[in-house]
Parts: sequence; structure tokens; C-alpha cells
Amino acid sequence: MPDGATNTGIGASVKRVEDKRFLTGKGNYVDDINRPGQTYAYILRSPHAHAKINSIDTSAAKSASGVVAVFTGEDMQVGSIPCGWQVDSADGTPMREPGHPALAQGKVRYVGDQVAIVIADTLDQAKDAAEKINVDYTPLKAVVDLRDALADTTLVHDEIETNISYDWAIGDKAEVDAVFDGAAHVTKMDIVNNRLIPNAMEPRAAIGDFDRASGEYTLYTTTQNPHVIRLLMGAFVLSIPEHKLRVVAPDVGGGFGSKIFHYAEEAITTWAAGQIARPIKWTAERSESFITDAHGRDHLSHAELALDANGKFLGLRVETAANMGAYLSTFASAVPTYLHATLLAGVYTTPVIYCNIKAVFTNTVPVDAYRGAGRPEASYLLERLVDRAARETGLDQVDIRRRNFIPSDAFPYQTPVALAYDSGDYEATLSSALKLAEVDGFAARKAEAAGRGKKRGLGYSTYIEACGVAPSAVAGALGARAGLYESAEVRVHPTGSVTVFTGSHSHGQGHETTFAQLVSDQLGIPIENVDISHGDTGKVQFGMGTYGSRSLAVGGEAIVKATDKIISKAKKIAAHVLEASAEDIEFAGGNFTVAGTDRSMAFGEVALTAYVPHNFPHEELEPGLDETAFYDPANFTFPGGCHICEVEVDPDTGTVEVVSFTAVDDVGRVINPMIVEGQVHGGVAQGIGQALLEGCSYDEDGQLLTGSFMDYAMPRAHNLPSFKVATEETLCAHNSLGVKGCGEVGAIGSPPAVINAVVDALADMGVTDVAMPATPQTVWRAIQTAKS
Amino acid sequence: MPTVSMTVNGKAVSGEVESRTLLVQFIREHLELTGTHVGCDTSQCGACVVHVNGEVAKSCTMLAVQAEGANVTTIEGLANGDDLHPMQEAFRNNHGLQCGFCTPGMVMTAVDLANKNKNPSEQQIREGLEGNICRCTGYHNIVKSVAEGARNMGG
Repeated sequence: MPDGATNTGIGASVKRVEDKRFLTGKGNYVDDINRPGQTYAYILRSPHAHAKINSIDTSAAKSASGVVAVFTGEDMQVGSIPCGWQVDSADGTPMREPGHPALAQGKVRYVGDQVAIVIADTLDQAKDAAEKINVDYTPLKAVVDLRDALADTTLVHDEIETNISYDWAIGDKAEVDAVFDGAAHVTKMDIVNNRLIPNAMEPRAAIGDFDRASGEYTLYTTTQNPHVIRLLMGAFVLSIPEHKLRVVAPDVGGGFGSKIFHYAEEAITTWAAGQIARPIKWTAERSESFITDAHGRDHLSHAELALDANGKFLGLRVETAANMGAYLSTFASAVPTYLHATLLAGVYTTPVIYCNIKAVFTNTVPVDAYRGAGRPEASYLLERLVDRAARETGLDQVDIRRRNFIPSDAFPYQTPVALAYDSGDYEATLSSALKLAEVDGFAARKAEAAGRGKKRGLGYSTYIEACGVAPSAVAGALGARAGLYESAEVRVHPTGSVTVFTGSHSHGQGHETTFAQLVSDQLGIPIENVDISHGDTGKVQFGMGTYGSRSLAVGGEAIVKATDKIISKAKKIAAHVLEASAEDIEFAGGNFTVAGTDRSMAFGEVALTAYVPHNFPHEELEPGLDETAFYDPANFTFPGGCHICEVEVDPDTGTVEVVSFTAVDDVGRVINPMIVEGQVHGGVAQGIGQALLEGCSYDEDGQLLTGSFMDYAMPRAHNLPSFKVATEETLCAHNSLGVKGCGEVGAIGSPPAVINAVVDALADMGVTDVAMPATPQTVWRAIQTAKS
Repeated sequence: MPTVSMTVNGKAVSGEVESRTLLVQFIREHLELTGTHVGCDTSQCGACVVHVNGEVAKSCTMLAVQAEGANVTTIEGLANGDDLHPMQEAFRNNHGLQCGFCTPGMVMTAVDLANKNKNPSEQQIREGLEGNICRCTGYHNIVKSVAEGARNMGG
């Protein structure tokens, strides 16, 4: 705990406020909610990756037992599900953005595409009736592989006459090419960032409700950003004005990005509830989640790094094809461009960079942000390339990184790919990680492992990410169709307790604790006197939600701004009562004191005065103590750090064991170290999952082969070690808390560390690359190929 | 429709169910005990773990009628009033949960694990949690929680 920290204030590992309800089964997730008169929905989905719908016969289903209604795309004529970010191609033309219907309109474009909704008194009745729907399809050739899609021989959307949504670039290609022409060494790699399925443990769910008397719709949904859903669904899809649409996101069981997006089922259940004037509950089965939750990653890149004779990076050029799936999901277009290409400087001084991104439609589930969103793809590409460059030039893995680090005295640092880093100390996180990982003893451990027939390897990743999204003006200039500020209302009650309404949303991050710590610390009141309210557009003024590690850096700052307003007003009230000037009032430890005197009012007394304003500066102030603030950040924040992975590979079976994983991250100021460590653990586990276990696989007809937990390898307890986690702190230079964000660092930094370790273990067998996920089969094949 | 009767968290309960109704549906929908969760449909994730006659069971893998006459404990039956069970307390103390969705099943599995092994090693805990998936914690703090919970349960 830092000096001066209280046991509940900033820097304290306060136990979580949320835990008791979750541990006793009293959580309130969407599927736990039941509305009076509720019906149940089953959504009939396409079994084909690509097909024309000739006709849909719902007559038998409509007359089945318990069925209330059946609707198809023909019935549901509403707006298209929008994409939230417009990216323009290098030639200035806007991205191609084909219509994205909630219920299919004449064609289906991936296995899982919504075809009809069956609503009945019970879920079993809805499922039984769905079997009676006869859809006459003409199956069409599907395009699944990115390379095939680029050839444009089979089109996902006929009307745009290509599968490429946009062909975007950053950097001056001619300038970069010239640098390559004069380079002492060029390292080249083809790099695949494997497609992942997010799999938050709570399947998505939605309850649409409609009050005929007031004309008001309510949607209970598993979202990370209820106000964003209200905006996208209300304004673009269903044409329901905000004051007639309430969106509630109660306890949400994990998101990892997959619950940011506006999904068709939200619009379908809300719209249909209006049609039948009864609540409708839909809950995904896990098999349904696999084929409908937006997938993540799926980049195919060719990358080249130019170096001088001293191992200094001279230039980087990257060509990436990014899979969008069948439609542009909410943030899909921004992921490979503004969250990936702009991160390609990494922590290095590479002076010139060119990156071209082709966003490609395929007959697969839409692909969008998944924990890290673009930055894991960037860090993997860059750190694999650096690892390879070191091996090719004979430089040590640590040395090549140190030669190229942006020095700690170079901030603010303008990269050649748009971003300006405000603070960081990459040497500090590297040297701390080297110690924590006990790298000095590695040679002995490797020799010992060799004695057991195991190949031991060490892999590094020194990464950066950009989060705290985002300065609205910058985001807007880059095509964002929304602002990316956050809002907070700090409502002080008459007896001095406080409710904070935040536009951030907690789905595992522990905001009810961290934000309460913050407010308790700012206002000098006990943490028990602070409640955090979130996730309901009917309660919270506005919000952009939680993703991109933005909650503390943006949402927390909004809370600080609102508490600053509270303190400022409270000082004036105290000054009036204490018959002093407001400038002479000092606020510390929850007391307003006239400087240099013992005349003082406690926070609770000021609150009571604000609401019982008998002795009150009415000519200057309104009664009450309730302030709202919006905070729009001046820049992104830039957490970074060093991850070191140590593996043992069995060369006979290709099995990889992570024997040690060290993460030293700079996430800025830490409010609750316990929660930060937990976030890093979870991110690292997902990163190790990507590197060793998880791989989404489709067959050539577009059928998902990894459609259950029996086929898609989720990390389980025995797949992972305990982690060594620490932080180094440089403060964010542009927010008052100095915070950067910790939610994604684990998933961003870890995959290249793991694969670099596997390659290191097998380097003396001639292996130079191993694809993710490095399953035993993949590793074994890499060994056999190297042998032959 | 068949009638099923059982004891859940010490209370005798009964209800009419379809023969295809799963135990987890009976618990969540008939008894409105929504602490037991459904995280998958292939008996893989363990969010639905309860105790049936003192043994762990994935309640999505049992029909309600198979629990006829059984003694069932769900997450709601673990604490003693306001006093958390030592395993629940250990999860709180070690930040063994984040979003909370896998937590009920994880805790119920952990209690069973500790009942059978008073002083489990890290490896035994990791292997013992094989049937429960958590996406948030990376298991690091769950493993710590289970070790502490087992100790405090009198191991």
C-alpha cells in the first residue's frame, strides 16, 4: 500500500463489494429475470453458410401448441443493424457496408444467421414449433477462407460486387520501400492470428418488453454498454426514440468484447414484444453462442522488418487481410485499422511504417473486438518479427529490444502511425520481469530439462497497447460514429451517503468496489456509504460503456470530475454556514475547515444543509448536492510491459507445458492491486489459450467444426500455471488519476511470449515458426518438417 | 406430466415437470433458485454443479425425475444465514471470482473436492477443477481460494 493510503482508499486491495451476492447465488443475470406474462423465444437459424431463401412456411408452427407468434424477415421490416465506425479506403471511398438485417431477407450468409423467431408460452413449445417451420433454401457456394474471399470468385454480398469492404492504408509506402532498399537486413514472415471464439461463461440473453399503456419498450440484455445499444437499436434499427426505450444490463457474466455489439436478437425480441404486447425471453444455448457471438482476431499478414547493421529497426511494412465475417459488426471495421495498424510501432523507435489492411467478407460469423481487439494482433505480429530478426541477426532477444526501445526520456513520443504515447518506461518493466522470471537461472533449467528429454524455451514480449478509448474528436476524425467520453452522476443523499451513477458497466471488473474506493477517497467518507449504480438507461444519465480498458481511465475520471464539482459546491455551503470565504475552506478527511481555525463541518453536515437549506446561500446556489460530469479524454492511454514465458516441449509428442509465466505491466496508478492482478491473470489465461489451445475452425462449406466446449479447447485449470505478476508505474500524463487501464494487457502481451518460447525451445531442431494454437499436433508437425 | 419430489437446501419441494425437464430447469424455473447457472449444453462447463445426495452433479446432465427423493444442495444452501461457508469466504478473500457466473458451480465443486481431500496440493486442485470452466480469473486465484477454503473447512 502506498504511503498515506487508507485501508479502503486508492492503492488498497479492498475485498469486492460484489462478491457476497455472487457467492450466495444472488446475482441477477438476464436469464434470472422473469417478467409477468413472459413468453419464450426460439430463433430458427440458417443451417447453411450461404443460401437463397425461396420460401418459409410457418403455418404449421403458428398453429402448434402454446405458440403465440412466428415472425420472419418478411414480417420484420426494420432498419439495418449499423456498424459504428466508418473506415475509408486509401482511395478515399467509404467502406462497403452491405445491409445487415435482423431477420434474413431472402438470403442467409452464415451458419447461425437468423431466419425466424418462434414465440410460445414455454421454451419447449417454441422449440417444438420451430421444427414445424419449412424453409426452402437453395444452397449457394460459400466462401470461408480469407484467401479465397480475396479472389472474389464467390461473393458474400452480390450487391457490392467484391468481398472487400475497404482497402485501407497508413504510412508512406514509397518512403518505407526506400528504407527497405537500403537495409542491412530484412526479416520477413507470414503471420496468422488465429480466429477465436470469446465464450464469456454467461451465454447472451435478451428479454424484450412493451408497455402498451405508456408505449415504452424495455430490453434486458447481456451487454457491456446499455446506452450504446439503446442508441444503435433505437435510432437505427427500430426507430424507437430514447425516451420510449429503456435498456437494462444487470449482472453480466463476462464480456471480453463479445457483449459490446448490438446483436440481432436484441432487436428481434424488442420488436416482437411490441407486436404481441407481452414480454419475450430469449437465452442462447452455448451451441448457439458459438455460431452467433461475434468471433475475434482472424488476421492473415505478411510482415517485413528492415534493420541496419547494428540491429536498429529502420522500417516496417505489413499487409493484412482481416476477416469481417458475413456482416460488419458494431466495431469490426475499427479493429484491424485504428486498433491494430496504429500499434505497429510497439515500444520501438522504428521511424517509418506502412500498413495496408483489406477487410474481407466471408460466409462466417461476424468478427469483431475480442479482449485486446487489434492490439493482440499487432503485438503478436511485431514480437514474432522481432524474435525472428534476433535469431537471424544473431542478436540476443533482450538486447535487440533494448537497442530499439523508445527511451524513457523521449515522452511524449510521436509514432509514425498516428499515436502519441504520453508516458512509459519499457526498460523498467523489462528489467523487473527479467528478475521476476529468474532469467539468470534459465540455462541451468534448460540443461536439467534436457536431461529429462524435454526441450525448454524462453520467450519474450515487450508490448504496448492503446486503451482508454477515446478522445472523441480524434475518434470522429477517424470515422467513429459516436463520441467516446464517459459520464458520471454523484448523488449525495441528505445524510451524506452517496450513490454514483456511472456509464461504465461492470461484467466482472469490480467497478462497484474500485469506483467506491475512488469516491470514498475523494470525499473522505467510509466506503460503505458509497453505492455504485450502473447498467440501466432508466437510472444512469448516459454512458458509452465498458470496453477497451476504458472504465477507470475514462469512467473513473468522469466520477472524479463530478466529485470535484460536489466538493466545490460543498465548500461554498460550508463557507456560508461557517461565515468564511469559500477560498478559505479546506477539505480533508471528510471535513470542511476554515483554514487556520478549528471551525469545521463534516461532509454529512454539509449534505444535510444542502437538502435542509434553512441557513443556505440561496442567492448564490441551488439547494441539493448532486452533480453530473462528462469526461472526454485528451488522448488514449498507453499501458505496456514485458511478458516472459518459459515452456517445456516434449519433442516426441509436441506437447507444450507452460512452466512459468511472468507479467510485469505498467498500467499507470493502481487503485486496487488485487483487482488489477486478477485482470492480468485472466488476460494472460486468454492469451495462453490463444497461443496453445483455442482455434476456431470452419470446414470448406462454412460449417463450424469447433462448435462446442468439446471441440473448442477452453483453458482449464490444469492447462495453466500460477502466474508471476507485478506492476511498474509511470503515470498517465493526461488524466488526474494517472491511470492507464489493465483489462486487456494480459491478452495483448502474452501470446507472442508463449510462441517465442516454443520456438526457442525447438530452435536447435531447426524450427523457426509454430502457428497458433500450438497444439501437440501443430508442434509435432513443425518438428517433423524441420527434420525433413 | 410426472410429479417430482425432493429435498432442496433442507426443504421438501415438489412440482409437476415434463419428463424431459432437466434438474437445472427444475431448480431455476420451478424453485426460482437462480444461483445455479447454465453455461453450456454439453456438460462441459460446470456452472450448473450442485450436490445430489452429497455428491457433485452437473444438474444439466440429470433429468429432474432422476432426482426423485434426493437430497439436493445448491449454492443458495451453502451459507448459514449471513455467515458464508468457509469455501465461499475463501473465494471472497482471494478474489477467486470476477463476473460471478461460473462461481456457484466452482464453489460447489470446490466444497466437494475439499470434503474428499482435506489438504489438496495445487496440482490436485487444478485437476479437481477439470470439469469447471472459468473465463475471467485464469484460475490463479481460484486455486488459492480452494486451498484456503479446504484448510478452513477443517483440513
